Amino acid sequence: MRVTLKRVHKSFQQKGQRVQALRDINFSIEEGEFICVIGPSGCGKSSLISLIAGLEFPDSGEVYVDSKIVDGPSKDRLVVFQEAALFPWLTVQENVEFGLKLQKVSLAERNQRAFEALKMVHLTRFLNAYPHELSGGMRQRAAIARALVMDPKILLMDEPFAALDAQTRQLLQEELQTIWQKTKKTIFFVTHNVREATFLSDRVFEISARPGTIKKEYPVRIPRPRVEQDPQLLMLQTKIMGSLKDEIDKVAKEQLDLDYGLDKNIDQVPAERNLGSNI
Amino acid sequence: MIRNFFYHDSMLLKIIRQVIFYSLLYFLWLFLFNLKLWPSYLFPSPAQVGETFISIYKDKTLFSAIFVTMKRLLLGYGISVVIGVAIGLVIGKIRVLDETLGGFFVGIQTLPSICWLPLAILWFGLSEAAIIFVVIMGSLLSVTIATDSGVKNIQPMYLRAGRNMGARGIDMFLYVIFPAALPSIVGGLKQGWSFAWRALMGAEIVFATLGLGHLLNVGRELNDMSQVMAVMIVIIVIGIVMDMLVFGSLERKFRKLWGLEKS
Repeated sequence: MRVTLKRVHKSFQQKGQRVQALRDINFSIEEGEFICVIGPSGCGKSSLISLIAGLEFPDSGEVYVDSKIVDGPSKDRLVVFQEAALFPWLTVQENVEFGLKLQKVSLAERNQRAFEALKMVHLTRFLNAYPHELSGGMRQRAAIARALVMDPKILLMDEPFAALDAQTRQLLQEELQTIWQKTKKTIFFVTHNVREATFLSDRVFEISARPGTIKKEYPVRIPRPRVEQDPQLLMLQTKIMGSLKDEIDKVAKEQLDLDYGLDKNIDQVPAERNLGSNI
Repeated sequence: MIRNFFYHDSMLLKIIRQVIFYSLLYFLWLFLFNLKLWPSYLFPSPAQVGETFISIYKDKTLFSAIFVTMKRLLLGYGISVVIGVAIGLVIGKIRVLDETLGGFFVGIQTLPSICWLPLAILWFGLSEAAIIFVVIMGSLLSVTIATDSGVKNIQPMYLRAGRNMGARGIDMFLYVIFPAALPSIVGGLKQGWSFAWRALMGAEIVFATLGLGHLLNVGRELNDMSQVMAVMIVIIVIGIVMDMLVFGSLERKFRKLWGLEKS
């Protein structure tokens, strides 16, 4: 399955004003690719997910899956949300089986498939737990299982690890890498974390500050399984960070007080302090 | 030790605290009675009320009154819950109905439910149907309004997640919107229950044979203050028991599931 966005524009209403979120977005994702989208907060990254998922529609331009225009949600394109969005009234197992139940899959098959999906994320011990009993990381595991169980063609992940602590995040990134290798799913992953993006993906799209456009595309040609400290990764990260910094500054200037950035030079520590004068 | 008594969280201490509270209430009553500020036919002693309680218990009037009242209440309340939840879900989701029916219902809810009685008597005559109609009108709107606001307050991410996994139309209502709104619906059910209770007591006092409200009114007609008070206590106790057994435990359950209370 191939996802293509052609000349996509998207805006939304905010405090009575029309805000352009995305401007002239063009790209395509090949089957089995792992794409990461990175950009400053509020640049319309999450809108991209909603557009591909069919939860929202572009103002102009088209979103194609293969050669068909997206006209609504489908079980081929499933979203893993940042807040996990598990239903609090269902157990982990019931949450995972939710989509299957809607499709009238038989109970036995449902149980079987839910178990396999939960096994993939190592959460089978918590089949009968309720979401409020799980930690943040476990909730995201359950949310990933809930999407995987439907056997989607593309997994749309909307900053799924953003709310997790650093260790849990690292662990889940490694596992996602493994899951991707095992299942060969296409993954479209939105994040604001450069390390995460380079660690996981085949290509990184950098989105500029509002209105979001694709500023640059970085191929990540590093063999898997990757390790966090790979020097090539670090080099690429520095490159992306540099470019991203401008965009983040742009957003900050727009949103913060007018004097933001003016007193930066004053705050700098005098150079001689770092020369070892206190030895 | 004393600090523990007031703050410590254990079932036993909770019960002890409550027992002490109600004993204090009892002694206050006894004390006021012994001051002889009012004649005993207007302010009976706990013992007099107790005697009346035993006598209406023995001649089965109390039991049959409770039975008749509960039957009317459950029937009327049950109907209003089913209709109220259904209307509330629809109003919460369909904008046209919200703008029209929604506002209309809020208006009607300001009408005290006993005001429906004259209309009900004209429509249904002096019958059970009239009473049940008043009970329904008493609780229907608060159930509807609570359900409606419950639906509007559902976190959008649950709806998005539901839609994303393929829930549409009736499935969306049954498996996402209804359960997601349940915590507020239970709040509405609780309020609806107390409104139904009030409507029924009002209707039974104004016109009805049998029932607790009737028993209360008979007490007044016979100038029997201890019967009036005995029946009032029964009504309060039924309210407390229902709250503890049904609504309290439901609310606790949802607070726990939604992660608002430690399990």
